[in-house]
This record gives sequence, structure tokens and C-alpha cells, in this order.
Amino acid sequence: MKRHLLSAGDLSRDDAELVLATAEELRSLADRPIKKLPALRGRTVVNLFFEDSTRTRISFEAAAKRLSADVINFSAKGSSLSKGESLKDTALTLEAMGADAVVVRHGASGAPHRLAHSGWVRSSVVNAGDGTHEHPTQALLDAFTMWRHLARADGGGLDGRRVVIVGDVLHSRVARSNALLLRTLGAEVTLVAPPTLFPVGVEGWPVETSYDLDAALPKADVVMMLRVQRERMNASFFPTAREYSRRYGLDGRRMRALQDHTIVMHPGPMVRGMEITADVADSDRSVIVEQVTNGVAVRMAVLYLLLGGSQPAVGGEE
Amino acid sequence: MSTYLIRNVAVLGGEPTDLLLADGVVREIGTGLGAEGAEVVDATGLVALPGLVDLHTHLREPGREDAETVESGTRAAALGGFTAVHAMANTEPVADTAGVVEQVWRLGREAGYCDVYPVGAVTVGLQGERLAELGAMADSAARVRVFSDDGRCVSDAVVMRRALEYVKAFDGVVAQHAQEPRLTEGAQMNEGELSGRLGLTGWPAVAEEAVIARDCLLAAHVGSRLHVCHVSTAGSVEIVRDAKRKGWDVTAEVCPHHLLLTDELAATYDPIYKVNPPLRSAADVEALRAGLADGTIDIVATDHAPHPREDKDCEWAAAAFGMLGLETALSIVQETMVDPGLLDWSGVAERMSHAPARIGRVADHGRPIAVGEPANVVLYDPSVRRTVDASASASLSRNTPYAGRELPGQVVATFLRGTATVIDGKLAR
Repeated sequence: MKRHLLSAGDLSRDDAELVLATAEELRSLADRPIKKLPALRGRTVVNLFFEDSTRTRISFEAAAKRLSADVINFSAKGSSLSKGESLKDTALTLEAMGADAVVVRHGASGAPHRLAHSGWVRSSVVNAGDGTHEHPTQALLDAFTMWRHLARADGGGLDGRRVVIVGDVLHSRVARSNALLLRTLGAEVTLVAPPTLFPVGVEGWPVETSYDLDAALPKADVVMMLRVQRERMNASFFPTAREYSRRYGLDGRRMRALQDHTIVMHPGPMVRGMEITADVADSDRSVIVEQVTNGVAVRMAVLYLLLGGSQPAVGGEE
Repeated sequence: MSTYLIRNVAVLGGEPTDLLLADGVVREIGTGLGAEGAEVVDATGLVALPGLVDLHTHLREPGREDAETVESGTRAAALGGFTAVHAMANTEPVADTAGVVEQVWRLGREAGYCDVYPVGAVTVGLQGERLAELGAMADSAARVRVFSDDGRCVSDAVVMRRALEYVKAFDGVVAQHAQEPRLTEGAQMNEGELSGRLGLTGWPAVAEEAVIARDCLLAAHVGSRLHVCHVSTAGSVEIVRDAKRKGWDVTAEVCPHHLLLTDELAATYDPIYKVNPPLRSAADVEALRAGLADGTIDIVATDHAPHPREDKDCEWAAAAFGMLGLETALSIVQETMVDPGLLDWSGVAERMSHAPARIGRVADHGRPIAVGEPANVVLYDPSVRRTVDASASASLSRNTPYAGRELPGQVVATFLRGTATVIDGKLAR
């Protein structure tokens, strides 16, 4: 693996499968009475969050702590965009404190990339979501969740599995990272959105696209719903929340069109009644809560592999 | 005032000859000239061009003297071969009154490195709502003829129409920064496949082209002249070409960086490449070069935009738009236009000196190198190659996108009315 995890595109198939396999081993830890390994003892992981995201931060925090790393939470709300301390000065501060890994969430696309390549810090940089760019550990935990439910018995993993991702692709870092990673893992991705919520040039992505959710659902092995912010309707991306839900929301009627084994995912936080109805979110098909559990295991695997723990975690390697 | 005898110089790349500069004018041209007491410059292998004229320079003074001053900016201009620059109006305070433009003009005179022609704001405070006192600026000591809200677009069609009409009274021109504001809210880079992948908000070509098309129609309707700043897309070139074919009085400029660099550089997320309008695709670069070669685009203008380090040493979205340009413009034009055979040296003189002076109604610059003409001359060595060193710039800022890049050519000397501002590639004082 590379030294940083900035984009899901940084991962080769071997890298990605190593993360998933490592996560699988680490996940078993959750069932033990003592949930802690000494793998990263003496290492320091900084959670640098320029944007509020409690769920992602506590997931990384739990992951680092279960590997015995020291964790520093640095909530730098108000980036240089809002005239606070600059990204550079924050980075220099962390460098001076001796961070081994910086987990960064930032509202500006490319901020983790900038951090990793500017020479401001020497530590590994993990992108925990940057603007409308990427969220690679979310994609890894999504893939891990799919893999646990749908991996082919012949060892083919997710090859040929059909994943339908629905919603605000334009503004979604989750969609970008998932499209890249799932392609690497051999899955077939279909993005579904109204034309206004596709980025220009999506034809060049390694995915299928559709404006018609009903047409995409019957063949899906996975349906992943993306959060849609109501504010988007004020910017004319769609006329009303009601119309959006009617055309692109996953409700009980649409759920009945799915194959028996098909799972429903959502990266959270959900807007119930907007992109997903409560009966779907709480149904047996929903693996939304499991995604959260898997998030900790996947982030443990990522931190362990990036920091190359001085001893095998559970048989992992650098 | 010194007398200079320049030996063996290729005027516009022609046969080598001697030039005698005395009393601020070109005194003699011919082979084997002699002049007692003259400083002799051996210009064997050098090309002589008329002093370059930039129609689009940000000198930042008053207000942002941490980024550039009139003095530092004009030093950079002289090193780039310029003898005249037009200082854009987006200073603090905005150059929207006679007082501010006269101050900038006077600072230029005092610095003495090149003539500074202030550009006046079209609207009060660049707000796009009410016309600034254009006549007062035109009648001031600064004799403003170019008006622009550059940095912002005069997007209101009525305000633009009135401005185009009003400046006819003093033979002025409105230089439009063509950017439809609603289509570019939060825009960060060229809208295309790459902006979608990088998650950076797109700046679509149509936002430039729609305004240029509208302004060409407006200019034709009211019979005014229009100048289009920093044309950056193939579609804009087509629109300007069509307007010229119809006989409309439209001129256009292209920036050196849009002739060389492409939007692929945004993938570095290094805001040194963040500029407005943004770097475009390779196909746009091709079209801009072709448009400059065939005269659709009249001039090269630098859009020299200094920014202090902290405004570039940050994440892309937080960074300022703009890049330095004065000291590298001629080299970029050589690399992109002359070396590939798209333009000869007289073509360069037309697009970087004669035409910008005509558009700006500057009488004493952009003149031919001929006996009796003002001795505004640049000597340029096209045979050398140099590696750009950002820290060596005369600008107070360091935001050049070419740092570490090897470029052809070097300005060896610049003469402003017969006085050397640059000699041996260095500032004369």
C-alpha cells in the first residue's frame, strides 16, 4: 500500500483485498471480551476534523484505540476558508507534536492531498472525507459489508456483482470513492440520479448511469442510497422534496422489486422520508447498522496497514 | 540621457543592423553606425522588438502592497520587456475616481520603470450597478481610455450597454471580464470530466461564451468598441471570429498561461495553478493558439496577478485566483507561438506592442522601430534557455506557475524613451 490513503483510486486490487481480509480478522475482535490489540502501541493518530462528523470521527477513534494507538482529536472547525487558523499552520502544529498518522476531514476537495504533498507533515495522511471529492474508508467499509454478504463462494469476491448507487452523485464523495473501489474489485456499478445531480463528464467514469431507478432495481445485488440535502431543491437541482422522493426514493413498493438476496445500504446520516422510507431502512434487507460496525474494523485495518504495526496485528503484513 | 549604439541587432528578426538611440528617440538605423560617447551594446544574435505593452496588469497598489506595488510590478514589467502596462482597477480603494487613477499614474511616473496607464472601473466599487465617473477619469491627468471591472463581470446587460455607449464620448473602450456570475458560483476550475472527478466546482466554458456573445451583440447594436479580456475557450474564439467577420469593432486578448497550461494541472490540487478564467483543455489551448495566429485574438495580455504566499499556501478552494505573468510572457509566446512557426517576430510585435497600444489609445508606445520614433525598444535573446526561479522575481509575490520549468528566451535590455530600464538582463538601477 502507498503511504497515504487519499483516494479509493490509490488502491490496487491486491491492496483493497488485503484491507478487507485484515478487516475480517480484526472484526472478530468485536466479539471478544477484550477488544484491544497492542499493534500500534506508542503510535499517535490525530483525528483532524475541519468539518463536524461525529460518526466518522468516533469510528476512527475507536479503531485507533482498539489498536492501542494514542489518539488526539483536533477539532479545527472553521478552516482558513472562514479565517481561522490555516491548514498549513494546523499541519505544522501536528508535525511538531509528532503524529504518525493524520486522519483528516475537510470541507475543501483535495485538502488531504495538499496535506500529504505539501511537505508540511511527514506522517501518513488518511482522507476521512474531503469536500465533494472522496471518502475512501467509507468505500472500503461499504465494500467490506457487501463482501461479507455477497462474496462468491469460488473466491471471486465481488466480481460481477451489480451495485446501484442512487442520489446526489454530483456532491457525493461516497459515490466517487465507491465507483472507483468497486470497479477495482470487479463489481458493476450503476449510478442513478436526476440529470442535474450527475457531474459533467460522468460518461468517462467506469460506471453505467441511469435516470430511471425502477429500471435499475430488479437486477441489483446491492442498492445504496445517498443522502440528499433538501437545500438542493432551492438551487433548482430538483423541483420539490416530494418529487425527488417519488422518482428517486426507495420505498416499500420499490423494495418489493428487489431480488431476495439484495441488500440495502446507506452511508448515513439518513433523511428518512426523503431518499429512503422508514420501513425500508428498518427492514431485514437493511445493513445500515452493520455498516457502522464494519467501519471500525475497516479503519483498524487501514491504520494498521498504513502504519505498518511493528508486530503482526492478527497476521497482517505491511 | 545616455546615447546607446546597439550593434548587429535583428529588428523584428530581420537582417542585422545597428540602432542609435539618442534623446529619447531612434536617431539612426543602418549598418556600420558610429556615435561618439555612445554606450555600445553588442546585440549579435538578439532580436529587437518595440517595447511591449500590457493591457492587463494587476499592480495591487493602493491597498495590497503586501502583494505588489507600482514600483515592484513595473520592475517586473521592465524585466519582461514591457515599456507600458495598464494597471487594473480592482485595488482597495477601487480605481473608480479621478483621484485614485491619478495616484496610480503618478506612482508609475515616480518609479520610472515603465509607463503606467491606469484602467478605470466601469462601475462604482466594481459593484456592477452604477457607472463610475468615467468622464472624470478620462479627463484626469491619467487620461484613462480603458475601463474594466476586471475580476468581476459587468453582468447587467443594461449597465453594460450604457457603459459601451458612454465611453464613445472620449474614445474609450470597455474591457469585459466575461463570466456569467450565476453559472460560476463557487467555481474552482474548468468544468469537465476532471472537475467531476476531483470534486471541484466547475467553471463552464458557456459562462464565458454567453457573456462574450451578448456583449458582441450589444457593441454592434450601439456601435461601440468592445475588448474581451482573457479569452480562454475554443468557443469564445469562434464567437469573436464571427463578430470580426461581421465587421464589429471587437478585440480580444489571450493570456500566456492559457496558451501553455491545461486543466490537468488541477489534479495536483496545488493552487499555484488556480486562475480565473481557469486553465482549460488541450483543445482550447490549440484553438487559442490558432486564434492568436490568425488575428482573431488581437493581443497577448499577461493578467499578471500577484498574491502573497499565504493566499496560495492553502487548500485549493481557499486560495486566491491568479498567477504572475510579466517576466515570463515573452518566453511563453516564443515557446507556444514562435518556435512552432505560428507567429514570426513582427507578429509578436503586433500582438504584444502595436495592437495593445492601439486598443488602449496609447500614442507613444507600440510604435514601429523607425527613425524619429520614441526609443521604446526591447532586445531579446531567443537562443538561450533558462529555468524559472520564483525567488529571483522582481515581483513582491512568488506565485509563478512556471517555477522550475525551462523556458526559451531572455530579455537582455529594455529601453524606455532611450533610457535603459534593463541592461544585461538585469534592472539598470
